[in-house]
Amino acid sequence: MSVRVQREDFDLGAEVSLLQAGDTDIGAIVSFTGTVRGEAGGRAIQSMRLEHYPGMTEAELGRVEDEAHARWSLKRSLIIHRYGELKPGDNIVLVVTTSKHRQAAFEAAEFLMDFLKTRAPFWKQELDAEGRGGWVDAREEDNSAVERWKK
Amino acid sequence: MASIKLLYFAWVRERIGRGEETLDIPDEVAKVSDLKAWLCLRGPEYVAAFEKPEAVRTAIDQQHASADSLLVNVREVAFFPPVTGG
Repeated sequence: MSVRVQREDFDLGAEVSLLQAGDTDIGAIVSFTGTVRGEAGGRAIQSMRLEHYPGMTEAELGRVEDEAHARWSLKRSLIIHRYGELKPGDNIVLVVTTSKHRQAAFEAAEFLMDFLKTRAPFWKQELDAEGRGGWVDAREEDNSAVERWKK
Repeated sequence: MASIKLLYFAWVRERIGRGEETLDIPDEVAKVSDLKAWLCLRGPEYVAAFEKPEAVRTAIDQQHASADSLLVNVREVAFFPPVTGG
């Protein structure tokens, strides 16, 4: 289990290899990568600025990861979330889950993303070519995505 | 009276005009909702930030809290808009 909050980019292939290394008991690897879109509500986005709460971000991601491990029989997992100034096409977030069989890895990856979106203390600002733009509002769909895990 | 470190993020920080401060909080400020109301007495920048108190989320010692959460032996309280990571 591990969590990293960083300014730097990540390499999906390298991270997966590292996670898998030395564990031949793993039969399934699922990864999700979130990237910056070039438009929002019909407006072209020049850059995205991501602010976070150092200390709480790591703690909260760790708590979400612990819950996933309590709920599914997972092997190793990894969450990487970037902050700072990002451009369209850049990576924002990486979630990797590994398990003996595929179902646990699939479900846990979705669970991690759904909870991360509503609990990890990050705030996005989308800026257009003139450097104008506001804070991104939380989406109602993200709250309902979390609700389905409470059943 | 307890000395508590307050942290502000995103538009809450922009409206208040600073990212953090340490304040002596009177004992009668018992809950998160009391703290929001008490801060509003400090000036218009706080009123602007807590205009819709329910729109501002709270963490106590780096854990999500609610408006009714009690401020007992608290070191750090953070105020911020609903999170938008991922």
